[in-house]
Amino acid sequence: MPDMPETNTGADASGKIPVTVLTGYLGAGKTTLLNRILSEPHGKKFAVIVNEFGEVGIDNDLVVGADEEVFEMNNGCVCCTVRGDLIRIIDGLMKRKGGFDGIIVETTGLADPAPVAQTFFMDQDVQDRTRLDAVVTVVDAKWLGQRLKDAPEAHNQIAFADVLVLNKTDLVTPEELAGVEAQVRAINPYARLHRTRNAQVAIDDVLGRNAFDLDRIMELEPDFLEAGHHAHHDSDIQSVAVTIDGDVDPDKFLPWLNDYAQREGANLLRSKGILAFRGEPKRFVFQGVHMMLDGDLQRDWRPDEKRTSRIVMIGRDLDREAIEKAFRACAV
Amino acid sequence: MTSAAPNATATGAVTSLLDHVRPLDAGAHVTGAAFAGDTAMLALGDGCVLLCDAAGERRVDAHPGGAVLAAVGAGDRFITGGDDGRVVATLANGETQAIADEKGRWIDAVAASGGAIAWSCGKQVAARDAKGNVRRMQAPSSVRGIAFAPKGYRLGLAHYNGASLWFPNTDAAPEALFWKGSHLDASFSPDGRFFITSMQENMLHGWRLADKKDMRMSGYPAKPRSLSWSHDGLWMASSGADAAIIWPFEAKDGPMGKAPRECGVRPAKVTQVAFHPRALIVAIGYDDGAVMLVRLTDNSELMARMPAAGGAVTAMAWDAKGKRLAFGTADGAGGLLTLPV
Repeated sequence: MPDMPETNTGADASGKIPVTVLTGYLGAGKTTLLNRILSEPHGKKFAVIVNEFGEVGIDNDLVVGADEEVFEMNNGCVCCTVRGDLIRIIDGLMKRKGGFDGIIVETTGLADPAPVAQTFFMDQDVQDRTRLDAVVTVVDAKWLGQRLKDAPEAHNQIAFADVLVLNKTDLVTPEELAGVEAQVRAINPYARLHRTRNAQVAIDDVLGRNAFDLDRIMELEPDFLEAGHHAHHDSDIQSVAVTIDGDVDPDKFLPWLNDYAQREGANLLRSKGILAFRGEPKRFVFQGVHMMLDGDLQRDWRPDEKRTSRIVMIGRDLDREAIEKAFRACAV
Repeated sequence: MTSAAPNATATGAVTSLLDHVRPLDAGAHVTGAAFAGDTAMLALGDGCVLLCDAAGERRVDAHPGGAVLAAVGAGDRFITGGDDGRVVATLANGETQAIADEKGRWIDAVAASGGAIAWSCGKQVAARDAKGNVRRMQAPSSVRGIAFAPKGYRLGLAHYNGASLWFPNTDAAPEALFWKGSHLDASFSPDGRFFITSMQENMLHGWRLADKKDMRMSGYPAKPRSLSWSHDGLWMASSGADAAIIWPFEAKDGPMGKAPRECGVRPAKVTQVAFHPRALIVAIGYDDGAVMLVRLTDNSELMARMPAAGGAVTAMAWDAKGKRLAFGTADGAGGLLTLPV
């Protein structure tokens, strides 16, 4: 049998095509960022899934129109929604194997990122052939305050982000920018944040992030060093982080985590954790989207590394005390 | 027993078909397969149709710059729908005819019957009768699968939360069949009594059309995306498990309350099934690239292709006489099996 050409298959070591999800409220600068990514001299070809034709287009790239059809999975779980059109489009794109190096999904400004992200965990065929690389959210520095008041979608988009592009920083004063940044951080302190004008961000800062790869989850610390982080509670979404200074009992922790995600999955947007299990030389790492959890043993704890267990949850109206109490009860 | 052993035993019985396969280098994902007379055709992810006959092989660029997303045989023609928005008919002599141009919208599904052709892009469905008259309708959500009913000019459309039965030549609203979830592929039983869809949730759903009674055929570890009816209409084979799952449709209730047959159990997932057009033999393609023939009457198995590079079997078709089987794989391998006389 003839070998297929090895070049330009686009897939990484896993053989899977990386997918970047680009979200952001109307007018924040998503299309500017997308065109920037596509026009950089990176020599890569992308398949771009958009909702409106016309604004995007680099000759080399494949642009596909989507319908944003959000379907409930027929498994009795109301938050298990997927993008049916994405499953169909990815199935079609895979027939052009080798034709591109990555997929970028641009959502509409009003879209909830969850169904997009969940598509990459719920559909086996999609999961076999692609991997979600990161959710990138573009935020309009000038209008965010207004958006947070009138648009619940804007909260979700920030909460879901692995990378935040705080755009149009030239249109606000340094004080206003600090305020906007604090608002964003109150919702999601863990995403990498980049301040930009005209969505000018290095391509490596938005692509190839491996944000959903359990092997790449190294630490769960807030992405800022400024002291005195005072949460502006303009949002009903917040993050809860709890650290146990040592091991936890997996027979207590795993049932609790599963049960918690089942019960609170609708409010729990993103979750991550790195845990030291009693008697286990390897780190246990998990991450989740709503009720969907993905966890595995990762690398060994290093001799110079302190065995600690830390969970981070981002969600709506999370009961911080209850989470802390339940997690601490798993300590050994 | 399956075997890669030499072609015949001391008694002369055929134990393997491996030497009867002519390998084909498709060079791109094989989306569909069909025969037009003696010419085997493979529809490809690079937009080409590969024609194979006694004279050799040649490529026809049916969708230049595009990819074939859906394909179906239609007697003397092979109908392909591409991501270039075009529906094209390719003849055995390599000639192509443009059937439709949907202005760059992806053609998600195609179906053909007795000169009529139907296709969908998103929610839009078009039906073109043998005279070339095109009628259009909009489904409630994107249509993933289309099938012509065996009798009458009628289409079954699989979409989200059920299916629609549409008579293109009437202005009546399509008849709605409800079942929660995302329905993918569509197929009528040859006697027209049942309409079957494959589902996102790794199952088949069926409706007995006389009373719209629901049938659930579940337990698949993967989506059963390939369906095939036996020539006598009494059996329906399906992919999606480590054997071909074959449901009995002889009874009035179809397969309701009955267990399916499992044929061709191997340590690989079945991705394609194709019943022989004249005998109770089913061709089975697997995700490791293997192809096997199983006779239902005695469960005897003959290997036609061993597991090989080139990925999962993604397309399979018999010729009308049942003498030859064409197949192709995800990464562009393929073959043409000619049964020993």
